[in-house]
Amino acid sequence: MAVNVKELMNEKKTNRSVLAVTEKAAPVFFMVCAIVSILTTIGIVLTLLIETITFFSRVSFIDFVTGTTWWPFGENASYGILPLISGTLLITVVAMIVAIPIGLASAIYLSEFASEKVRKVVKPILEVLAGIPTIVYGFFALTFVTPLLQTFISDLPIFNALSPGIIVGVMIIPMIASLSEDAMSSVPNSIKEGALATGSTRLEVALKVVVPAALSGIIASFVLGISRAIGETMIVSVAAGSTPKLTADVTESIQTMTGYIVQVTLGDASYGSTTYYSIYAVGMTLFIFTLLMNLLSQYISRRFKEDY
Amino acid sequence: MATATKTQQISIFNTNEPDKGKTKTIYSIENFNLWYGTDQALYEVQMEIPENKVTAIIGPSGCGKSTFIKSLNRMVELVPSVKMSGSIEYKEKDIFSPKYKVEDLRTDVGMVFQNPNPFPKSIYENVVYGPKTHGIKKKSILNEIVEKSLRGAALWDEVKDRLNENAFGLSGGQQQRLCIARCLAIEPDVILMDEPTSALDPISTTKIEELVQTLKKDYSIAIVTHNMQQAARISDKTAFFLNGEVIEYNNTDKLFSNPDDKRTEDYITGRFG
Repeated sequence: MAVNVKELMNEKKTNRSVLAVTEKAAPVFFMVCAIVSILTTIGIVLTLLIETITFFSRVSFIDFVTGTTWWPFGENASYGILPLISGTLLITVVAMIVAIPIGLASAIYLSEFASEKVRKVVKPILEVLAGIPTIVYGFFALTFVTPLLQTFISDLPIFNALSPGIIVGVMIIPMIASLSEDAMSSVPNSIKEGALATGSTRLEVALKVVVPAALSGIIASFVLGISRAIGETMIVSVAAGSTPKLTADVTESIQTMTGYIVQVTLGDASYGSTTYYSIYAVGMTLFIFTLLMNLLSQYISRRFKEDY
Repeated sequence: MATATKTQQISIFNTNEPDKGKTKTIYSIENFNLWYGTDQALYEVQMEIPENKVTAIIGPSGCGKSTFIKSLNRMVELVPSVKMSGSIEYKEKDIFSPKYKVEDLRTDVGMVFQNPNPFPKSIYENVVYGPKTHGIKKKSILNEIVEKSLRGAALWDEVKDRLNENAFGLSGGQQQRLCIARCLAIEPDVILMDEPTSALDPISTTKIEELVQTLKKDYSIAIVTHNMQQAARISDKTAFFLNGEVIEYNNTDKLFSNPDDKRTEDYITGRFG
């Protein structure tokens, strides 16, 4: 039977009016979806901002930024955010010391040395690791890593910065490995071949050609990792303790900004109290930190982008 | 892996160039077969590549000419499923012998690729990459290498004032000459060229062809080309590949004017390919 293509196509054209409506409505629908997420973001920032302003009408901004004691309860309340920032940075530094070398090394292995078979198995496993709920990591830190560390450091308290720091690092490894691997895999093979053809070993090609060429992506993955560590909540709430302390000693019990927010929202403060408003101020600080990190990562990606 | 058949090779090329007399062989290839997985790409290749000459390898697409030239510095092994048999000897050393490290082979034998593939680094860093990798650190020596190599690749005058600019700012033809300079920087004995002008415009092509003529004084060159006129213009010997076999390997004049094989004649007169 002969098929008349033209006729069949014309049949569809008869539905033109319906098509025209869909054609017009679809972009509007898509735009609304896009706007929802933007509005949500604006809403969150506004809420943060308004409550933060209320907080600063009660507590001096200078005291907040320069104070070295965080004691938001009772009569002698003191709202100096530095201990919370130092706690957060402590966790972040420990996490990055763990995550950057291991993540980068795994990325180099996967991109430059692993066979196609290994890569196909390992990459999905890494992505599964990234999907483990952080509360599980938290209990792992508290009930496994801390006792393990205590066998080496005898006076390590049960709540400390080291153990959750390490585990936050472990949690970030897959992210750094995966993003860096993507960056390195997108370095064209022709460039790698050019390096091999001058008598380089595969390791030399990886370290002297591929890593520099993929540097922008690699650094961006580090920055995203840092911002993830800064924002990490459950692991530190469970395993780092709740003792805000301005210290650089990882074996001490500390509190991070996120940890504090969790502690207060769990019901320690009544609505309208200064303590209640303080979580917005801390939240705002946290937001600024992660925002800066994300901007930094975007800047680095653009600045060091090597065209090939 | 290839097995080493240790037969001493002495080759004489004297048919059309009586004045040149004996020419040393730099590569001798015997009964070389190569498979990608189960597909055989090269069949019993038998060839001797002379020193300080330009040897062209021609043939239609898919005839195995690129595979062959990439076997000479073992770059073909980057394809995971590759299998080989037979022997390739470079200066009487079995190139597959564990004693002859692949990195050493690739230092003795440089390669220029089909598409210019400079590193995303400065012009200077591109040239010194090889020497630096092989342990030369002294700045004054590196500077000397850069000038010498860029002059050797006929690029010095065009880039001497912007050595620290990114190599991607160069034109395609300049990039390809930079890749030749990068290759010269480690002072190889042989330069393998895999269709080095196929991605270039006619003017850049002419420059590379002239360069090849200059380079053959100091280097042995094997060049794969899709372009028969190019082979005729620049080479001393030509091998014609078809379906993974060497159909004819002869002096270039002879092969293009009076080929021994009917298939060579059909190809060079444009009946196929």
